[in-house]
Amino acid sequence: MTTISFINFGVTYGTEHAVSQFDDTVHSGEWLCLIGPNGAGKSSILRAATGLVDYSGSITLDDKDIKSESNRWRARLVSYVPQSPLIPEDMTVYEYVLLGRNPYVAHFGSESAHDLDVVERVLNRLDLVRFARRSLGTLSGGERQRLVIARAIAQESPVLLLDEPTTALDIGHQQHALELVDGLRREQGLTVISAMHDLTLAGLYADRLVLMHQGFRVAVGTAQQVLRSETLAEFYGVSARVHHEPDGTVVVIPQRAPSI
Amino acid sequence: MTLATTPRSVEIVVLPRGQRWWLSASVIALMIALVIGTMIGPAGPVWWRIPIELINRLPFITVHSGITSAEWNIVWQIRMPRVVLAALVGAMLSVAGAGYQGVFRNPLVDPYLLGVAAGAGLGATVVFSLNRAGTLHWIVDPLPLAAFCGALLAVFVTYVVGTSFGAQRSATTLVLAGVAVTSLATAIQAFVLQRHNDVVRQVYSWILGRLSTATWSDVRLILPYVVLSSCVLLLHRRLLDLMRVGEDEAIALGANVRRVRLIVVFAATLGTAAAVAVSGLIGFVGIIVPHAVRLVAGASYRRVMPLSLLLGAAFLVAADIPSRVLADPAETPIGVVTAFFGAPFFLLLLRTRQVAK
Repeated sequence: MTTISFINFGVTYGTEHAVSQFDDTVHSGEWLCLIGPNGAGKSSILRAATGLVDYSGSITLDDKDIKSESNRWRARLVSYVPQSPLIPEDMTVYEYVLLGRNPYVAHFGSESAHDLDVVERVLNRLDLVRFARRSLGTLSGGERQRLVIARAIAQESPVLLLDEPTTALDIGHQQHALELVDGLRREQGLTVISAMHDLTLAGLYADRLVLMHQGFRVAVGTAQQVLRSETLAEFYGVSARVHHEPDGTVVVIPQRAPSI
Repeated sequence: MTLATTPRSVEIVVLPRGQRWWLSASVIALMIALVIGTMIGPAGPVWWRIPIELINRLPFITVHSGITSAEWNIVWQIRMPRVVLAALVGAMLSVAGAGYQGVFRNPLVDPYLLGVAAGAGLGATVVFSLNRAGTLHWIVDPLPLAAFCGALLAVFVTYVVGTSFGAQRSATTLVLAGVAVTSLATAIQAFVLQRHNDVVRQVYSWILGRLSTATWSDVRLILPYVVLSSCVLLLHRRLLDLMRVGEDEAIALGANVRRVRLIVVFAATLGTAAAVAVSGLIGFVGIIVPHAVRLVAGASYRRVMPLSLLLGAAFLVAADIPSRVLADPAETPIGVVTAFFGAPFFLLLLRTRQVAK
């Protein structure tokens, strides 16, 4: 499977440094979660690895630099679930998931029987078959989110990047979506990098958390190591209690600021 | 979970039965329009003899139609080039419009968006102002050439300007650059016209579009461009579907978005410029036909592209018929007819579809 590495990586928008001196390696089967306040550079890391923003340093997939390879090559190895996907309302569910096969279809070609097979398996797997003919405009938020994940899975890439995959979902759909990703990761050894705001969920699913602050990597480790109330106070400017459950789960509970 | 044994139950969603049906229906509509188009017009033989003669002209078939060779000359030299030209121009404008709408992800875009119309108009105005009468005996008529070059030049300027500023959101910058170039070319055109107001009428009639002067040499002139650019556009139908999820996600899915946009814009512009060069500015076709197709056959570009091509051809051939007979013996400008009949038809379609939903 595939290892993704960031080496002396940085993203600059104009004169603004969004990410600086970022080094990390995420191995096959590992789930890395990027946390940090808004504007810390989490999305920039994911977008750079998807070829959407320019960056300095390098990003490699199994020691091949993605800058020197084509979009198509990268899309076979890396799939991306954006924070706010663009949903063409009059497209059908089937057509949408089929787009995930693009990296395997020749420029002017059409999808092979194998491509259709993959789409069908993904639709079955994600329990979307009964929606296949529906247009996207008729789906609920939770169904849409599942669909975007379905498209990414149809890409059959060993690396999966998720940008705030659960922000728009209720607690049940959040769990469902993350369990789905986790199941695939265990089955197929996917490398997963996600950016998440919900710290408890992040700690629950990720093997490793990276806390970003103003573009720098300020803390890294397991949930127990990174999620500490003094760390959160320093970087999020928040007053929160961190509760360690006996089973190792770390729960972050926000607190009201003391009234003066 | 037994994934391998699931029946192929959803495959037909990609190729719905409706697609083949619509494809055949469009081909038939085009054939009917072409035949009726050659049957109707001032002078010439009795209308019902013409289909018989057309069948007679097919290889290995002989039927007696009673058409004299002088009458057949009218059909062959005057009506047929006009009908064929209408089909080519209609097909080109529609498929180019659909292509532009696809790469710019904007349903209100028409093929004249990036300055084609204004550039061609300026080119034509210049020819009319510089002694049009003196150019009539030239071997190569400079009017279509000037319109063609003006159109390409305007879009070239738009593209260079539009892509040099906005690296991030180049689609929007490109459209805005098109607006600026259009205004500039229109301003120059107005200035030239003001100094040569004796040609205003000629320029005005050119702008409204006309097929009345069509000859086989016009057909020969634009055929290569129409064939080439339609083929390129049709080949991009799958990628245009991919562009519907936006630039970022198309890149994430492995597409080279800039290259696709460049090729589609180039092909659509080349074909549109050729069409405009021989027929003037026929409005409305490039925006209304792709939308009508979307309403009846779905929004996937895999269907929109081929059906726009066929129905665009049929629409313009059909619209040309009232343009010949409405104000007989005078011509009604084809641009007027397309808008006059197209707009109510489109509104009707929009309404029935809304109700059906």
